[in-house]
Amino acid sequence: MLFTSYEFLLFLLIVFVIYYLIPSKWQWAFLLVASYVFYAIASPLYLIFISVTGVTVYLAAVLMEDKSNKNAQYFKSVKASLTREERKALKSRQKRKVRNIFLASLLLNLGILAVLKYANFTIVNINAMLRTFGSNARLGRVDLILPMGISFYTFQAVSYLIDVYNGRVKAQRNPFRLMLFVSFFPQLVQGPISRYGDLSQTLYGPHKADKKNITFGLQRILWGFFKKLVIADRILPGVKAIIAHPGKYDGEFAFIGMLFYALELYADFTGGIDITIGTAEVLGIRVQENFIRPYFSKSIKEYWKRWHISMGNWFTDYVFYPLSVSHALQKLGRWSRKHLGNAVGKRVPVYLASFLVWLATGIWHGAAWNFVAWGLGNFVIIMISQELEPLYLKFHESTHVEGKSWWKAIQILRTFLIMSCLRMFDCYRDVPLTFKMFGSMFTDFHITDLNASNFLSLGLGGFDYLVLAIAVILLFSVSMIQRSGSVREKIAARPYPVQCLIWAGLFLAVILLGAYSVGYDASQFIYNQF
Amino acid sequence: MEENKEALLDILKELHPDVDFESETNLIGDKVLDSFDIVSLVTEIGDEFDVEIGASDLLPENFNTVDAMLKLIEKKQNDED
Amino acid sequence: MNKKSKQKKGKVIFTACFLICLLLVLWCLQRLVEPKYMGSVVEGAMIPEYYSAEKNNEVVFIGDCELYENISTVELWKKYGISSYTRGSAQQLIWQSYYLAEETLKYEHPKAIVFNVLSMKYSKPQREAYNRMTLDGMRWSPSKVKSILASETDGEHLIEYVFPLLRYHSRISSLTSDDFKYFSHRKKVTFNGYYMRVDTRAAKNVPKGIPLTDYSFGKSDWKYLDKLRTLCEKNGTELILVKAPTLYPAWYDEWDEQIQNYADKYGLSYYNFLKDQDEIGLDYSTDTYDRGLHLNLSGAEKMADYFGNILQTDHGCVSQKGDKKLDRYWDKVTSRYEAEKERQYRNLKKYGNIRGEKK
Repeated sequence: MLFTSYEFLLFLLIVFVIYYLIPSKWQWAFLLVASYVFYAIASPLYLIFISVTGVTVYLAAVLMEDKSNKNAQYFKSVKASLTREERKALKSRQKRKVRNIFLASLLLNLGILAVLKYANFTIVNINAMLRTFGSNARLGRVDLILPMGISFYTFQAVSYLIDVYNGRVKAQRNPFRLMLFVSFFPQLVQGPISRYGDLSQTLYGPHKADKKNITFGLQRILWGFFKKLVIADRILPGVKAIIAHPGKYDGEFAFIGMLFYALELYADFTGGIDITIGTAEVLGIRVQENFIRPYFSKSIKEYWKRWHISMGNWFTDYVFYPLSVSHALQKLGRWSRKHLGNAVGKRVPVYLASFLVWLATGIWHGAAWNFVAWGLGNFVIIMISQELEPLYLKFHESTHVEGKSWWKAIQILRTFLIMSCLRMFDCYRDVPLTFKMFGSMFTDFHITDLNASNFLSLGLGGFDYLVLAIAVILLFSVSMIQRSGSVREKIAARPYPVQCLIWAGLFLAVILLGAYSVGYDASQFIYNQF
Repeated sequence: MEENKEALLDILKELHPDVDFESETNLIGDKVLDSFDIVSLVTEIGDEFDVEIGASDLLPENFNTVDAMLKLIEKKQNDED
Repeated sequence: MNKKSKQKKGKVIFTACFLICLLLVLWCLQRLVEPKYMGSVVEGAMIPEYYSAEKNNEVVFIGDCELYENISTVELWKKYGISSYTRGSAQQLIWQSYYLAEETLKYEHPKAIVFNVLSMKYSKPQREAYNRMTLDGMRWSPSKVKSILASETDGEHLIEYVFPLLRYHSRISSLTSDDFKYFSHRKKVTFNGYYMRVDTRAAKNVPKGIPLTDYSFGKSDWKYLDKLRTLCEKNGTELILVKAPTLYPAWYDEWDEQIQNYADKYGLSYYNFLKDQDEIGLDYSTDTYDRGLHLNLSGAEKMADYFGNILQTDHGCVSQKGDKKLDRYWDKVTSRYEAEKERQYRNLKKYGNIRGEKK
C-alpha cells in the first residue's frame, strides 16, 4: 500500500477511528494488529519475515538481560573472595556468554537481510569474476522475495538489540509490544529508523484523543501529500526523461536533471516522512524528525546530520563508533602512529572506520555498484573537507567572511551542488555513465540550449512548470519560516478564519494540482524496499 | 583528580584550540565535538590514562562536559564496570 | 463564561459555513473539469439524457453504437407511434448494458428490451475512457455501483466515480470554452438516444474479418446474458436480441450460430439484420457516414421503418399516438430532430461537414 493511494487513506481513517474508540489500554495491541494487516496487504508472506525478526530479537534481548542480571548477582556474591585477576577472568567469561546470544541473534537478522537483498548481487559479481578468469562455471540466480521495508525494520530491530546488549535500554518483556516496535506501520514503508529508547516512550500509550495532536498530525499529513503529489510526482516525468535519454540530455540538461532530481527526491522522501510522522502524531506517538532543512546545510558533514538523520545516526552509533574504538583499529592506530608518524597515524583508525561506514551506507541503499560508488563518493568528499578544514579556518580568519549572509549562501549553494552531483550515481544507476554525464556538464554545457522548447520536450508542460515554480517558492518559504519554529504553531496562532483558509487552500492545491490518478505515472516511494 | 583534569584539558585543547571546554555543558548536543573528535579523544584518553573505553561507553552524557569525561575515566581506572 | 460559550458557538457556525463553502468550491471545480462531451465526443453525453426523457416507452434499446446510430427513435414514433428510447454509449460492455437495463426497469416497464449482441465479443473490461462515458452519466443507484465494480480496469477506483474531480482534476490545465459554456446547462446530443448524422461516406473495400482461433464467447458474457434474460422475465419484459446491419466490426458466422442457439433454447427472438439488408433496403453507398461502420440518418430511418414493422406485427407494440402527454413530448423531440437535420444539411452544403467548421 503506497502512502499516496486511496487504500492508504481509507486504512488511516479506519485505524484513527477505532484507535480512539477502543479502551486506551488496548490501543497498542490494536496498532500491532493494524501494522500486521498493513503488512499483510502488501504480501502475507512478508509477515513471516517480520515476525521472525520480532520474535528472535525479543528472545535474545530477554535472555541477554536475564543472563546479565544473574551474572551480576553471582559476581557480587563471589567478588570478595576473588583476586583482581580472577575477577577479570570471571567477568570476561560471563560476558562471553551474553555476547554469544547477542551475536547469534545479530547474525541471524542481518543474515536474513543480506541473503534476501544481496544474494543476487553477489552471484552476479561472482559470475563476472569467473568470466574474467576464463571459467565457464556460472552460479544460477536465485528467486527471492524482498519484504517491504526490510532494511528499515531490520535496522530498527538491530539497534534495539545493541542497545539492550550495551545496557542502554531495558529489554521489553512483552513480546507483542516488541513486535509492535519492529512493525509500527507508518514507518514500514521508508523509515525513519527509530530508537527503542525514543519510540517506546509514546508508542504504548495510553493516548486520549487530543485535539492538537490530531489536527497537527492531519496538517502534517496534508503537507506531506502536497510535497509528494504536487511536487515530486509532477516533476518525476521530467527526471525520468532526462535519465532515460542520456545521449539526448547531456551537458546542460544533465545539470537540469541533477537539479530536478534533487527536488524530486527531497519532496518525495521528506513528504513521505511528513506522512509518517503526521500519522504517528494523530495517534499520539512521537517519531523523531528525519530531516531538518538539509538543503540549507553549509557543509557535507552538516548535511549528513540533517538529511535522513535516523540512518546517519544509526551508522554512526552502531558501525562507526564500535569500529573505530575497537581493539583492532586502536591497535592499528598505535602501530601506524609509530611507523607513519603522528599526523598520519592518528587518522588511520578514523578514516578506515569512516570508509567502512560509507561503504556500508552505500550498500544499504541498494545492491548495486552505483550505490557503492555513491557511498565512497561521500567518503572521499568528507575526507577532503576534513583535511581542508585548517585551510578554511585560515581563510575565514584572514577574510572575515564567516557569518556574513552572502558567504553563508555560497556555502549552502556549494554544499547543495556537491550533494546533487553525488546523487547522480543514484540517478543513472550506472557508474561509468554517471562519470560521463558528470563530465559532460563541464565540457558540453550550452546555455543557449536551455530554451523553452527543450524544457517542454521533457514531458512537462508550461502549466507543470508554473505549478512547480509556485510550489518550490512555497516550499522554500516554509523552510525559511521554519527556522524560527514550527510553522503549524505559527499558523495556529493566527485568527481562526485565516487558519481555515490556509489549510483549505493547501487541501485544494493537493486535490487540484496533485499528479495522481489516471494519466500520471503510478509513483513508487523512492525509499521503498531499501 | 586535578591531575587527570589537566591532562584531559591538554588533549581537548589540542583538538579544538578555539573552545573553552571548562565552560561548555553540552559538547555533543551543541555539536562542538563531532564523531571524529570523539574517536580521537577515545584514542588519546586510552593512551594517556591507560584505560579502555568501549563502544558502549560512547554516550552523549559521557562526553557532554569535562567532568563527565573525568568521571568516565575514573570509573575505568577503578575498574568498576 | 458566557462570552466564551458565545465565542465557541460563533466558531462552530463559522466552521460549518466554511465547510459548506469549501464543498461548494469543490463541486464547482468538479463541474468545471468534468469532460463536456457535447462538443466533440458526443458519445459521452448520452447516458444522462435518459433521466429527463419521458419514461413511458414501449421499447428500450440497450447497447453500443450499433443501436444509437442505427435506429431512429423519432422515425419509430413518426411512422408507428412506438415510443422508444436508446440507452446507448460507446463500446458499451454487456454488464454495463445489463445494469442499465436493471436501472431502466426501475423507471419504467417497456414491452421489450432490445439488446445488440456485438458486445458479446468483450469478456473483460476494455478501456477506462469508454467506461467513463457509460458510467459517469448514470445516476447513483446500486446498479451504477455494481456496474462500476464490474467494469473497473487497472488503476480505476470507485471513489473516482463518486468524486470525478479526483479523476479529471488534471484537466484544469487544458480547459476549453466548452467547459464554461456547458458548466451549468448541458446541451442534448441525442433524440431519445438516437445520435443523428446526415453525412455520407460510402462503404468500399470492407475489410474481411480475420479468422479467430477461438470463437466461443467468454464466460462472463454468457453470465450477463443469462442475467439479462432472467431480469426481463421477472419484469414481464420481452428480451429481443439483434445484430445491427453494419458491415464491421466483423460478425462471424460462428458467433451468429451461438446466439441463434441461445435464442432458440430460451425462446427469444433474434434478428441478425446483416442478413436482411436487401429487405431493409440498405445501400452502403448512401446509408453510412463512415464506410459501413455506422448508419447515417437515411440508413437509421430505413432500419426504423423495417424494425418498427417487426415490433408491431410480432411483438405487440401498438401506436401510442393520441396519448396527449406523449404527443406533446414527441412533438418537441421531433421538432428538435427536424431542426438538427436541417442544420446538418445546411452545414454540409455550405462547409462540406456537418459541424459547420470552416476549412
